[in-house]
Amino acid sequence: MNWTALSVFIVLFALVTVMGFIAARWRRGDLTELNEWGLGGRRFGAIVTWFLLGGDLYTAYTFIAVPALMFGSGALGFYAVPYTIIEYPLAFLFLPRLWSVARQHGYITASDFIEGRYDSKLLSLAVALTGILATMPYIALQLVGMKAVIGAMGLSGDWPLVIAFLILAFYTYTSGLRAPAMIAFVKDILIYVVIFVVVIALPIKLGGFGHIFHAAGIALSTHHPKGSLVLPKPAFMPYATLALGSAVALFLYPHAVTGALSANSRQTVKRNMAFLPIYSFMLGIVALLGIAALAAGVHTKVTSNVVPLLFLKEFPSWFSGVAFAAIAIGALVPAAIMSIAASNLFTRNIYKAYFVKNPSPQHESRVAKLFSLLVKLGALYFVIGIPTQYAINLQLLGGIWILQTVPAIVLGLYTRWFDRYALLIGWAVGMYYGTSMAVANGFKSSIYAIHFGHLTIAAYAGLTAGVVNLVIAFVLTVVFRALRFHQGKDATVQEDYKVEVV
Amino acid sequence: MTEESNKKRRSSRAWLWLLVIPLVATLYPPFYSFVKPTFYGIPFFYWYQFLWVIIAAILTGIVYYATREKV
Repeated sequence: MNWTALSVFIVLFALVTVMGFIAARWRRGDLTELNEWGLGGRRFGAIVTWFLLGGDLYTAYTFIAVPALMFGSGALGFYAVPYTIIEYPLAFLFLPRLWSVARQHGYITASDFIEGRYDSKLLSLAVALTGILATMPYIALQLVGMKAVIGAMGLSGDWPLVIAFLILAFYTYTSGLRAPAMIAFVKDILIYVVIFVVVIALPIKLGGFGHIFHAAGIALSTHHPKGSLVLPKPAFMPYATLALGSAVALFLYPHAVTGALSANSRQTVKRNMAFLPIYSFMLGIVALLGIAALAAGVHTKVTSNVVPLLFLKEFPSWFSGVAFAAIAIGALVPAAIMSIAASNLFTRNIYKAYFVKNPSPQHESRVAKLFSLLVKLGALYFVIGIPTQYAINLQLLGGIWILQTVPAIVLGLYTRWFDRYALLIGWAVGMYYGTSMAVANGFKSSIYAIHFGHLTIAAYAGLTAGVVNLVIAFVLTVVFRALRFHQGKDATVQEDYKVEVV
Repeated sequence: MTEESNKKRRSSRAWLWLLVIPLVATLYPPFYSFVKPTFYGIPFFYWYQFLWVIIAAILTGIVYYATREKV
C-alpha cells in the first residue's frame, strides 16, 4: 500500500466532493427545471465553457488509453493528435449553428433539434438511442481509468470504485451540470501542473528526447505485431481515417453537445474552438508518456497500467498521488456530464415523446435526475459485473454509431433537402454495417479492409459505414422526393441558425 | 438585407477556407511520416503534428476575429 500517494489522493478527492455539493448554489438557478439542472441555465461564459469542455472531452480514459496505445503500437496511437487538431476547425463550422437554433427554440438535446427540423419523432428517437447507447460504455470506461490509478496505489477490490461513484452520483443528482463545471477547474489545473512537471523532469531523468525515442524504437521493434516510431505505409489510411472519423463524431456525442449548449453565447462557442487546442497540445504530451514508458523499461501485460506504473517508477510518491488524483477527478467530470447528457436525451426524446406528453418542468427535471442515477448504476455494473473488455468493445462501437448520426444532424443544420425516412434508413444501414464490420474484426480493431475489385482499402469502419449511410440517404431522398413523400413541417427558419443572443 | 451587408457576409465566408488548411496538412501522413529532421531528438512525425496544433489554433483564431459580427 502506497500511503503517501493515497493520502494526497484522498485529500484532493475530498476537496472536489465538497465542491460538487456546493456547486448547486453557484450561479443559482431553479434546479427543479431541466434547463437549469441539465444545461446550467445556459449561462456559462467563455472561461467556464473552456474548462467544462476541456474536462469533458479529454477524459481519464484518454489519459490512460492513448499512452497505452502508443506503448503497444507506437506511431498509430498518435492519431489522437491530428484527430484533436481537425475537430475544432470542423466544429467551428457547424457547432455555432446548433447553438443558435437550440437557443432560439429551447432545444436541450440534438434529438430535440432533429424533431423540430424534420417533424419526425422516429428519427429523433433513433438519434437519442444512438447517443444513449454510445454514452453508456463511455461512462464505464471512465471507471476503468479510475480503477487503474486506485489499483496502482495498492487498493484492491471494487469498494473504492463503488464509493467514488456513489459520491459522484449524489452530487450530480443534487447539482446537475454545475457540479462538473466547477470540478473541471480543479481537474484541469492539476492536469496542467502534472504535465508541466513531467515535460521538464522526464526527459532529464531518461537522458533526453533523443535517447527516449531511440530506446522506444528498439522496444517497439520487438513487439508482436511489430510497432514503429513513424507510420509504415499501410498504416497511412487507417491513421487518417481514424483521425477524421473521430473528429467528425466528437461533437455529436451527447456530452459534447451538452457542454456546447450550456455556453451563454454563440461567440463563446466560437472562441472556444480557437482556445481548446491548448488541451490538444497537452494530449500530445500525454501520448508521449507511452513512448517514455517504453524507454523507462516499464513492463506490463495490462496496458492500462502503463501510465500509473511510469509515475510510480520515475516520480516520488506524493507526486504520483497528485497525478493519480488528477486522473481520477478527470474521470468524474466527463462521467457526470455524460450521465447528464444521457438523462437529457432520455427525458426529452423518449419519456416526453412516448410516455408523458406534457410534463411540467419540475416533472421533467425529476425524471432526468433519476435516470442519471440509473445510468451510473448501469456503468458501475459494466465495470464490476462483466469483463472490462466488453466496455472497451462497446466504446469502439459507440464511436462508429455516433458517426451514423452525422448526416441527420450536421447536414440538417445546413439543409432541409434530405428526406426524413431516407435519413432514417441510411442511419439503420450504417449502424448495421458498422457494427458488423467491428464484429467481423472480433472487436480487435476498428480498422476494416474493404475490397473494390483489385483495390483494397483499410479504413476506419465508422467512416466507411458513414459514407454508405450518406449515399443511401442521398439516393433515397431523390427517390422519395420524386414520389412526393410528405416532408413534414420544419419548425425552424434560416435566421434561427445565425442568432447571436436572444 | 442591403447589398452592402450581403457583400460583407460573402467576404467573411471566404475566411472559412482557412479552416481547410489543417485538414490537408494533417490528414495526409505521406507529408510527415519521417524520423528526420529531428528537433531536440524528437522525430519529425511528432514535432510536425505538435506544430500543427498551434497553427490550427491560430488559424481558427484568425477566422473567429475576421468573421465576428458586431453585437
